[in-house]
Amino acid sequence: MSSIGTGYDLSVTTFSPDGRVFQIEYAAKAVDNSGTVIGIKCKDGIVLGVEKLITSKMMLPGSNRRIHSVHRHSGMAVAGLAADGRQIVARAKSEATSYESTYGEAIPVKELAQRVASYVHLCTLYWWLRPFGCGVILGGYDRDGPQLYMVEPSGISYRYFGAAIGKGKQAAKTEVEKLKLSEMTCREGIIEVAKIIYKVHDEAKDKAFELEMSWVCEESKRQHEKVPEVLLEEAKVAARLALEEMDAD
Amino acid sequence: MDQKPFSQGLLSSEADSQRTLYPYVTGTSVVALKYKDGILMAADMGGSYGSTLRYKSVERMKSIGKHSLLGASGELSDFQEILRYLDELILYDNMWDDGNSLGPKEVHSYLTRVMYNRRNKFNPLWSSLVLGGVKNGEKYLGMVSMIGVHFEDNHVATGFGNHLARPILREEWHENLSFEDGVKLLEKCMRVLLYRDRSAVNKLQIAKITEEGVTVSQPYSLKTFWGFSAFSNPTVGAEGSW
Repeated sequence: MSSIGTGYDLSVTTFSPDGRVFQIEYAAKAVDNSGTVIGIKCKDGIVLGVEKLITSKMMLPGSNRRIHSVHRHSGMAVAGLAADGRQIVARAKSEATSYESTYGEAIPVKELAQRVASYVHLCTLYWWLRPFGCGVILGGYDRDGPQLYMVEPSGISYRYFGAAIGKGKQAAKTEVEKLKLSEMTCREGIIEVAKIIYKVHDEAKDKAFELEMSWVCEESKRQHEKVPEVLLEEAKVAARLALEEMDAD
Repeated sequence: MDQKPFSQGLLSSEADSQRTLYPYVTGTSVVALKYKDGILMAADMGGSYGSTLRYKSVERMKSIGKHSLLGASGELSDFQEILRYLDELILYDNMWDDGNSLGPKEVHSYLTRVMYNRRNKFNPLWSSLVLGGVKNGEKYLGMVSMIGVHFEDNHVATGFGNHLARPILREEWHENLSFEDGVKLLEKCMRVLLYRDRSAVNKLQIAKITEEGVTVSQPYSLKTFWGFSAFSNPTVGAEGSW
């Protein structure tokens, strides 16, 4: 699996003989080492969920937010190097406000995804900049309804029904594919996302984690916000139950 | 400031045309007072273009975030610009999503800084602002002028309201006014302004802000009385005049 690009991996401005830019692939590895991040597009909105791995018992719950609002109608969940993620979020916020200043309406999610992707790609073009070590799942609700995009460290951005990045992304993607997203509301989606995150969490390798979730949907009046405490607790309970049932088999 | 080059002569330099020199479309007084449950604010819906009462449906009071209400008189485009700044301020505040939100005191302080700093650059936002709100049970009512003078009080007014409405308020305002009494008092002030301020129009809104939120009334007019005997035969005692 690992192909050491001896000599061709020292700079992001060098291609290898087989046409790969190794620095970008290494950046993607940083994303793969972080906690799982999932995004799904339901009938009436988007749900984002993050498996926040807790590195120290002394961390306050609710700190180290991984999901950020980028504008009233959209939010971003970050996987990978947290500091790099903050930079991307700051840039996205600034793009969103400048679009609204100029055009008088909220930035369409597609446009926002393109701008974020361009920015991430920019940092793969110069030898004096390193690529971002984080992937981002961007969800928003605009005139064309709810939309979900994923931006990778290479600057690629695609639109998805369901996306996952981080440690458990393979397992998470399989689970998400099983869901009937077009018939699900966000309320149901929250429970499903919680279940998937609890399921793909590796008890052996990582001890504790905190579940962080947000949504943009009709119920939240098309504003991006943290999932309300009550619903979050319900989801956690349902997820733990589902896990116990699985373990019981 | 920049020295005018000799070649410019009688033409004003480019630098001047980028500063506010005088207001164009203006709103007249805003009057506000604290009452039992919060703040009541009244403003008419007129936008004057010099001496012409050009625009008659201008909303000069807007809610800011969850806890504040802003009313403005003076240049209306500057009011719109201030609303843009505040919109961005509230947006960034909301994006923290941490359970906190900017209250009227904070917004008032922000506005003071903006107005004062613009005044220092000799490029003021030509508006007088009234900022009222309620947060965590505490009522707040303050004013910022175009040069950055700011203060808090139980009742405030801008423009002509300072001269005509505030004396009435000083006499008749008291703590814990009921909603009905507050509205009556404001209407009394607005009626005087309607009679005496030439840029007032008879179409006003009254806004109230309480812990629950902001309500802006539908526009309505005040009843006026012009049936004074002196008006019915005005030329008595001065034949030939009109």
